[in-house]
Amino acid sequence: MTSASLASRPRGSTLAALSTCGLVLALGALIAAALLARPATEARRESGRALARELGLTDPALFGEARYTRHPSQADLASAFQDAPTGLDHFPAGSLVAAPRGFGTGHIGGGEE
Amino acid sequence: MGARFERQRHLLDFAVASLARRPAKNLGLTLVYALVVFLLGSVMLFGSAIRREAGVMLADAPEIVAQSMVMGRHDLATGADLEALKGLRGIRRVEPRLWGYLWDSAGAANYTVMVPSPSDAAHALASGEAIVGEGVARARKLAVGKPFFLVSPAGKFLRTRIKAILPQASALVSSDLVLVAEADFRSFFAIPADRYTDFAIEVANPREVSTIAEKASVRLPTYRFVTRADMHRTLEALFSWREGLALALLAASLLAFVILAFDKASGLSAEERREIGILKAIGWETSDVIRMKLWEGTAISGTAFLAGLLAAWVHVFFFSAGLFEPVLKGWSTLWPRFPLSPEVDALEIATLALLTVVPYTAAVVVPIWKTAVTDPDAVMR
Amino acid sequence: MIELTEVTKVYGEGRPDRVEAVRGVDLTIADRAVTVLEGPSGSGKTTLLTLIGCLARPTMGRIRLDGEIVSGLPEKFLTEVRRRTFGFVFQKFNLIRGMTALDNVMLPAFPLGVPHARLKAHARELLEHFGVGDRAGLGVENLSGGEAQRVAIARALINDPAVVIADEPTASLDGARVEQFLAMAADLKAQGKTVIITSHDPRITRASVVDARVAMADGRIVEATP
Repeated sequence: MTSASLASRPRGSTLAALSTCGLVLALGALIAAALLARPATEARRESGRALARELGLTDPALFGEARYTRHPSQADLASAFQDAPTGLDHFPAGSLVAAPRGFGTGHIGGGEE
Repeated sequence: MGARFERQRHLLDFAVASLARRPAKNLGLTLVYALVVFLLGSVMLFGSAIRREAGVMLADAPEIVAQSMVMGRHDLATGADLEALKGLRGIRRVEPRLWGYLWDSAGAANYTVMVPSPSDAAHALASGEAIVGEGVARARKLAVGKPFFLVSPAGKFLRTRIKAILPQASALVSSDLVLVAEADFRSFFAIPADRYTDFAIEVANPREVSTIAEKASVRLPTYRFVTRADMHRTLEALFSWREGLALALLAASLLAFVILAFDKASGLSAEERREIGILKAIGWETSDVIRMKLWEGTAISGTAFLAGLLAAWVHVFFFSAGLFEPVLKGWSTLWPRFPLSPEVDALEIATLALLTVVPYTAAVVVPIWKTAVTDPDAVMR
Repeated sequence: MIELTEVTKVYGEGRPDRVEAVRGVDLTIADRAVTVLEGPSGSGKTTLLTLIGCLARPTMGRIRLDGEIVSGLPEKFLTEVRRRTFGFVFQKFNLIRGMTALDNVMLPAFPLGVPHARLKAHARELLEHFGVGDRAGLGVENLSGGEAQRVAIARALINDPAVVIADEPTASLDGARVEQFLAMAADLKAQGKTVIITSHDPRITRASVVDARVAMADGRIVEATP
């Protein structure tokens, strides 16, 4: 390396600061993009909210394979085999989604609050 | 400030040079670190985004849902009970609902078949018409105007024509819906005229929901009343539970990483020990060496954290958390295709930083301390 | 002026491999002079050098630096004294591989907070002064023995110490290089530095630039001239 190129060689701290800045800027750009997209996001969510209100929907449609995974806040507890908290479950989502609990007391205020 | 700043900057210079001198080791460590941040970050970002999404969309869910119970099982509600509820003070409106599940062997999927409320003009249906969710349309390759057939468990046939497909924007809550007219629903499932799946109750004063639910449960002791707060709490528990499970699984990888970091930090090579000896001999204090080593650690953890977070963000919000999909989806054929929108939550990012940076720092600090107190005369021997 | 009074250094006290490396040494080292500690390997001269250079503390006895007792100072202050007063040229030079000659020279000043540009200019000056200015940007592993020594000497001088300590400086140098080293020692003396060298090389110990000779054997001083 010649003296000239040595003089222009950046310091380690400069490199560290630059790479940190780069990463922070990239992250900042993503966050800014998210903030800019906010109105569109809100509008999309509002349309979903309106649909849920019109149809009286109570739960997300994430897992449709077992009955209790579609309406976990609504399904009845006592179905044999699949719906009991300790019941053997042949649906994979059953290992990820808890069987609903806290139902069946018949009135509000009797269970956990 | 000048001298102090210049001093720290020089120590950072040396730390960076020192990292660059062992590229394989440090790059490997940074990559593993970034991977851990990526995994944890993906779970957290995904979890919070989906919770937010569901939270907003279901904010206007029915205030109370009343279900008839027989021997502890969900049963059909009757018209007589509907009238009994309607008379209760504080209840503004009781909406009898008709919905149920249908296992469709052709699509190998569970549908939620539902009758839109008569007051819902947007989804009003004549007999023989159907509106389907985005997932159903995808699974059965449906388009507006096309015919759509359903077969009931009893073998009954329902022939409909698609009137509309629900927008993808709301897929998270509507993906598996099949909306049909009341007459079609009743004949298809053989439900008598004054029977309903359950009642959606609208109260006059939202603050009195629990009082009204209590009063209603006295009036109709065979019913159970699920309030909106109950539903949200259940969903929240469900999402937290799942996220917690994923995090618990990932905790093992975090632990493995901490062990790796400790091993890397404590297993200093002879070369590194020699270097620290030289630094101390030429006048660096123990605290200078430690500071320099901390800069090294900061450089690694800062880079890894930012890179991992960046990758997690892109993964979750640009690729819809593609890596988790197989796990989340399970056997769902109607997994909704819903867009996730980022929620910027400083607390969450701080939590992620805490979960990853603190264990790493803790793992490397002790070995650093031990090497930094090397006798400076070691280099002379 | 460095004064040693009944200085003893024991390694591995209480262990079977206990070594009494320096035993009851009394010695005075004059300022602005070249002093050579001579003796066969294992005679304790390198240990004595580490004690003088505040790299280690004596087990017993006292070391005074310009009248101030430094032998009992805690580590932090000892480092301070070392950094202010001494520059070291180690036997194997102990340059840090993977860094350039220039960076190596700047290294001792890193914790001092000297502005980077000034420090860099000073380091370059030193390298130029010792005739290795054109090697500044080279990784030290690419330097020859003689060049490495000059870089090491430049590094020893970066904080402008009053005392330069060189441990067996000619161990890895050929004949012509020894002359060059002696010239550098003379140069340092001319700059008003105190130079302390250990050596068992007669080309060094008998050199005309040397003002004082201290012969050691078995951890003791056997002869001191003048």
